[in-house]
Amino acid sequence: MASMSDSRPPKAERQPTDWTTAAMQRRIAARYRGERNFRRLGAAALVIAAGFLAFLLFTIVRDGASGFLRTEARIDVTFDATTLGVDPAAIAGPNGKAVLARADYPGLLLKAAEQLGPAEGTLSDAAWLDLRAALLADPSLLGKRATLWVPVRSQIDLLAKGKYDLAAPADSRGVSDREVANWRWLDSRGLLRTGFNSAFLTGADSTEPELAGIGGAALGSLLTVLVTIAIAFPLGVLSAVWLEEFAPRGRIADIIELSINNLAAVPSIIFGLLGLAFFLNFAGMPRSAPLVGGITLALMIMPVIVIASRVAIKAVPPSIRDAALGIGASPIQVVFHHVLPLALPGIMTGTIIGVARALGETAPLLLIGMRAFVTDVPQGFTQPATVLPMQVFLWSDDVQRGFVEKTSAAIIVLLVVLIAMNSLAIYLRNRFERRW
Amino acid sequence: MRLLIAFALVIGLAGIAYLMGRARAGRMVAAAGAGIGAVHSRPVYHGAYVAVLALTPALLVLAGWGIAGERVIEAQVLGSLPAAERPATPNDAQALMNEVRGLVRQDLPQAFNPLAPKLTPVYEAASSNGDLLAGALAVALLAMGGLWGLSRLRPDFRARNRVESQVRILLLLASAVAILTTFGIVLSLIFESLRFFQMVSPVEFLTGLQWSPQTAIRADQVGSTGAFGAVPLFWGTIFIGAIIAMAVAIPLGLMSAIYLTQYAQPRLRRWLKPILELLAGVPTVVYGFFAALTVAPLVRSLALALGMTDASSDSALAAGLVMGVMIIPFVSSMADDSLAAVPRAMRDGSLAMGATMSETVKKVLVPAALPGIIGGVLLAVSRAIGETMIVVMAAGLAANLTANPFDSVTTVTTQIVALLTGDQEFDSAKTLSAFALGLVLFVMTLILNIYALAVVKRYREAYE
Repeated sequence: MASMSDSRPPKAERQPTDWTTAAMQRRIAARYRGERNFRRLGAAALVIAAGFLAFLLFTIVRDGASGFLRTEARIDVTFDATTLGVDPAAIAGPNGKAVLARADYPGLLLKAAEQLGPAEGTLSDAAWLDLRAALLADPSLLGKRATLWVPVRSQIDLLAKGKYDLAAPADSRGVSDREVANWRWLDSRGLLRTGFNSAFLTGADSTEPELAGIGGAALGSLLTVLVTIAIAFPLGVLSAVWLEEFAPRGRIADIIELSINNLAAVPSIIFGLLGLAFFLNFAGMPRSAPLVGGITLALMIMPVIVIASRVAIKAVPPSIRDAALGIGASPIQVVFHHVLPLALPGIMTGTIIGVARALGETAPLLLIGMRAFVTDVPQGFTQPATVLPMQVFLWSDDVQRGFVEKTSAAIIVLLVVLIAMNSLAIYLRNRFERRW
Repeated sequence: MRLLIAFALVIGLAGIAYLMGRARAGRMVAAAGAGIGAVHSRPVYHGAYVAVLALTPALLVLAGWGIAGERVIEAQVLGSLPAAERPATPNDAQALMNEVRGLVRQDLPQAFNPLAPKLTPVYEAASSNGDLLAGALAVALLAMGGLWGLSRLRPDFRARNRVESQVRILLLLASAVAILTTFGIVLSLIFESLRFFQMVSPVEFLTGLQWSPQTAIRADQVGSTGAFGAVPLFWGTIFIGAIIAMAVAIPLGLMSAIYLTQYAQPRLRRWLKPILELLAGVPTVVYGFFAALTVAPLVRSLALALGMTDASSDSALAAGLVMGVMIIPFVSSMADDSLAAVPRAMRDGSLAMGATMSETVKKVLVPAALPGIIGGVLLAVSRAIGETMIVVMAAGLAANLTANPFDSVTTVTTQIVALLTGDQEFDSAKTLSAFALGLVLFVMTLILNIYALAVVKRYREAYE
């Protein structure tokens, strides 16, 4: 600084800036105004982002809350042996249950629905399943009269939940006058009740919104994710161990590192193309199966686990390794007895985040056919199945209005699971991670 | 299923081999009578050594059969047909085999090809014979490996060193899976794309302006030769992913990062950051549903209010807006990292000179962090153009070459899904074109990623 003042003497005529003049005050005010505006802009960006999230969650909860409910109608059923077409003697026999299970319940339902008068067509097509369940649970009902609550058709269900704008003209409100009249008839006689729909959580997919459930898709998700974890976790952790602890600095390690970094950024749909071309068409594995879906997703999330595990392993201080080596442990023993247990919280966090990503993934599974319409709960790893996000996608494509609330309800379940997993990951990180 | 049982059996037998090896070493320790130190390795290592020798060849056999077995069965089934009845083209053979498989798995109530029901028992026989043979071979190898391993155990046998070098090999193999996956992706994309380019010239594919991938089902059909000019798809992808989405994500993401790093109180920051991360954790199918059901009608009414008569219900704008929101946390965290990497002295120097915080951000921090921010934006673009579910659900299938955001455009990923779902035969140009599109997508994202990572790395080094 001293040399500068030597070479360039200060100009004598230069006056110090007078900050009190009006022009200078205006300048300062303008600069502070700019500062405030910029700050508001930043806050606005955050508010917009958070507001979008809030809006998304709000619409989903608003539309989806009623998806957990179902409207049922009360009917009195006489379990008449002749209408059911069963022989009372056969029921007493050794195969009684089987005879009872095969009886003509749709016929019985048809007859029972007559008591609903003009609204006899409002019961769900599959309401007879409830009659069967009731009789199988208590065979002594045969020949007796019982009062049962059975599901109604989706339109009546939506009317009961107030989902239609009845003030709108008939041709634009999406429901016919007859349905409205039926609903009014049932409602005025107190024959309807809306309650929690447990079939939604346990049942499988159906073409009828009032019968569709996410149980099958949830089990499919579970099977798929089990395969994913079984493959991605060991592979990811072992790769990370090799890259961090054993890889000789050289070409092979560089190539592997490059592949992992690139795989982490490859679009998920490309993994679907790999699954289709290699696992399905070349190796002939079954379509739509949790096994193939799980392998595909495992390849997809493996880089996530590798990267997280490497960070966790790197964070274990070298003194731990030196101490273990110093008392005679072999390098493998150092890693498996000391470094990995200490790095485990970080590894688990990364794994849970990767698995949460696999749980929410749809695109690769579309290509390997996990969009199959599965009306049964999947039986095994090689049977056709669907997964939760895929169920959301399939229902969102359905034109029936009743599926809108089911889609949103399925999204709520999916989001709850994912948020729980992410919270668990954060908890694990805070609870067990050690700062050295 | 049979293969899974064989797999479980092999694992169980290997467990027995482990117990035998361990017990034998235990007896050696007892016989030496001088404590555990009399035997070089602990008994568990002897057990593990025997188990590894037993398990490895058996697993290789089972895995090999699992991957290549279907080819062998197929050859046997088709070979059982008299030469005259054999399907003429590989295409027909595939179709026939699919029907046979469908019948065996009982997915298919009835086959169209009269040959299929006849081949079903042949398929079942070949499949069960193959599974049995592979299973038997695996068990035999397992027994041989286990016995050989057992025979080598001595008190001075260096079992631990052997097991440890085996573990090192296992670690290397696990790492190699990443390379194999990359190879698998590249090979399957290139292989199928080459078949596509035998039917459609690459020049037409990369420069053609017409996309209508219908191919004739019958040879005499009129007007359905199919056009495979993918430029409208590339444009739609860039329009939605790189223009509309980035117009949303860059300002919002950058401003969020600036506010969070420079202005927000630590307590506010602790709350806001997880909320932003939550945006990134929402599954894309949820965004797609939201875009299609809530945002698209809003955009459409906006277009109608602006006086457009033919507003599309699946506009580029709706998909792009929602995708932009999805990308915000990504851009924000990249910008956050870049801003944090600018040396603190630069920021403090600027503030000490009397600059306001906004002047410091605009004139010092952002210019200094620019390479890092640009790298982050490129990574965000790469993620946006590979995003599938939002565009599948909210963007259309019409391949328009338009710059009107209220119009419907289609993207590469939408077309891949549209071409590969549903029932298609696997050898038509229509289905194969999906792999060519996948190849283009893969190469595009790869170039973006490598370039962006290089930019970010160079920028980090500049300040270290």
